[in-house]
Amino acid sequence: MPVFWLILIVLAIAAAGFVVGRSRALSSAEGDARKLHSLPSFYGNNVVIKAIVPAFLVMIVWLLAQPLVVASSVSGLIPESAIPDNSSRGLVMAEVRRAADGLDAAVASGGMTEDFARNARADFNDVTERLQEAGAIVTSQVTQPVLRAAQRFRVLNATGKTLMSGAVIALSILGALWGIRETKAEFRARNTVETSIRMLLIAAASIAILTTVGIVLSLVFNTVEFFRLYPASDFFFGTTWSPSFSGRGGSSELGVLPLLWGTFYISIVALLVAVPIGLFSAIYLSEYASSRVRSVAKPMLEVLAGIPTIVYGLFALLTVGPLLLSVFGPNGLGWMQAGTAVMTAGLVMGIMLIPFVSSLSDDIINAVPQSMRDGSYGLGATQSETIRQVVLPAALPGIVGAILLASSRAIGETMIVVLGAGAAAKLDLNPFEAMTTVTAKIVSQLTGDADFASPEALVAFALGMTLFVITLGLNVFALYIVRKYREQYE
Amino acid sequence: MMKDNIDTKVGVDAMETKFNCRDVQVYYADNHAIKDVNVDILDKTVTAFIGPSGCGKSTFLRSLNRMNDTIPICRVEGDILLDGEDINDAKVDPVQLRAKVGMVFQKPNPFPKSIYDNIAYGPRIHGLARNKAELDEIVEKSLRRGAIWDEVKDRLDAPGTGLSGGQQQRLCIARAVATEPEVLLMDEPCSALDPIATAQVEELIDELKANYSVVIVTHSMQQAARVSQKTAFFHLGNLVEYDDTNEIFTNPRDQRTESYITGRIG
Repeated sequence: MPVFWLILIVLAIAAAGFVVGRSRALSSAEGDARKLHSLPSFYGNNVVIKAIVPAFLVMIVWLLAQPLVVASSVSGLIPESAIPDNSSRGLVMAEVRRAADGLDAAVASGGMTEDFARNARADFNDVTERLQEAGAIVTSQVTQPVLRAAQRFRVLNATGKTLMSGAVIALSILGALWGIRETKAEFRARNTVETSIRMLLIAAASIAILTTVGIVLSLVFNTVEFFRLYPASDFFFGTTWSPSFSGRGGSSELGVLPLLWGTFYISIVALLVAVPIGLFSAIYLSEYASSRVRSVAKPMLEVLAGIPTIVYGLFALLTVGPLLLSVFGPNGLGWMQAGTAVMTAGLVMGIMLIPFVSSLSDDIINAVPQSMRDGSYGLGATQSETIRQVVLPAALPGIVGAILLASSRAIGETMIVVLGAGAAAKLDLNPFEAMTTVTAKIVSQLTGDADFASPEALVAFALGMTLFVITLGLNVFALYIVRKYREQYE
Repeated sequence: MMKDNIDTKVGVDAMETKFNCRDVQVYYADNHAIKDVNVDILDKTVTAFIGPSGCGKSTFLRSLNRMNDTIPICRVEGDILLDGEDINDAKVDPVQLRAKVGMVFQKPNPFPKSIYDNIAYGPRIHGLARNKAELDEIVEKSLRRGAIWDEVKDRLDAPGTGLSGGQQQRLCIARAVATEPEVLLMDEPCSALDPIATAQVEELIDELKANYSVVIVTHSMQQAARVSQKTAFFHLGNLVEYDDTNEIFTNPRDQRTESYITGRIG
């Protein structure tokens, strides 16, 4: 039975349970809802929760566990002799899965009866032929052990699915019956339902947190693996980045410093663009602009935040780069060799960050109470004196937090760098040179055809970890600043 | 008729007139908040504005130093003369006007700066001190006039927001005094304070009248009676009665004034 139908059946049981539970609660109070401990629908919901939650939990666990169990049991059927010398058990298992899928497809298209597909004595030449006829891709001859394993695989999977359907439906019915049995006038259905809702919310929060932990762990394991193959001191203090894909790691130099330098250089250029423009536009919008201008200008500024970064990348590549080149290039001042440079990526990234800085700063400036401004105006201060000496100091911690958040965005930015800054990893001070960043190199290391176990590929995880630690540090620092220096205005 | 009364009173009074207000109207968009107000506010005198909530006394007070300019929908008509000069004239810079007419607000609003910088704020933006020593002197003098010097002299670098409510309000008064204004407007300066702090502020107001013209908006009739020499009673945007405080509280001429001070309306 497909999982979709199973879900529908469980939902139907739950819906029936709701109706029964509700009416049973009412009849137990002789039709007078005021005698019930909770509102009638709470009794219904109690039944629904008991019918759905255990059944779905079992279904999810089963769906996750079944492939593992089946695979391990089937792979036991394959003798060592059936595994070719240049292959591995995993590759043979992949062949088994393909053969099983082929049998499924053949049965579905009518090229084979179910009995034939299951027949343990079937001639495998015949099977191969029929599979090929049915359009299931079988590259080579299906061997005896693979066919047997594939048949076993199909049988186990089918049994598992049937068992799961039975177990889930039974559990759902049992749960509904349990909920209905509980339903009496004095049963505290409201409390039960409230507890379940709290559990649901806790579960959602835990999934979010556990996912983060999972991401960090996957980074950590691969990073540790990398440092086993490549010395950590060379990674952190090496000033050359030149991975070699042919030398199997032997001749690669994987120093992170040029990448970090490129990251910081581009981020600094971006912040030099974004912070003044963003902050000044926030001040204009919150202090000077009339509400009409504000209602138009603010959404338009925030449109910038909705543009995908790849579009910014194209803008850098096609517009900003050539524009800079015409001024600073060989025909102009001669400082710039090509359109891709720190300046190109930095300028465009700065434009991308403007709405971050302005929107956050605007909210923070608006949070400064009007009484502060009144106090300053009442002393004869002008508008700009008031902003400079009263509003901005009061809003400063929040603005610093906004800038730090924008910089962690800048450090993590990839697409603009890939398209705008070039791919050369070097330590240089000239902002018109091509440079590259940590994120851009992660992309290029993982999208190459390097062996995944080689230091050239694993270095991506070490780079990711480095970046993660830096941005995490920045974010924590930003939150700390915002909390510590936040002014309490009653 | 009332206008005549006030005019003759002013003529009789020996005190110099600070504000001359004639036919003042204030509108919030379409809402006519202040109607035909005529009043003369005297120098070196405490003038109290009393009246029920929403009667326009704070609005009128704010139009005396053009604080209403910060409210976009607000419009002021009529003549408000400060020392004979129309404050709403295009030639008058509201910034300079506010340096002359200081204001203290209902809720203490110290800036998120040190106590010293709170006081030094006004003198700095107006360039009142030539050097640090002079500024120190102004700060000390203002804090002494604000009757808070003894409490804060050892912690001038502490943030002004860390003081208690009463101390904060006296700090704000000291801050307003530091720019050497000629008039001090106070919008319910004691409404957020406890009785002890209120008594301190009232005492301070009494001392301030030696140098300034003080206008105070208050909800407390006892406070008006204690601190003021002149009282104006506002009702529904009209100035109902304006006279010596003693007269208002002992011998009110208008029926509405009598009802208010005896507690029948408001």
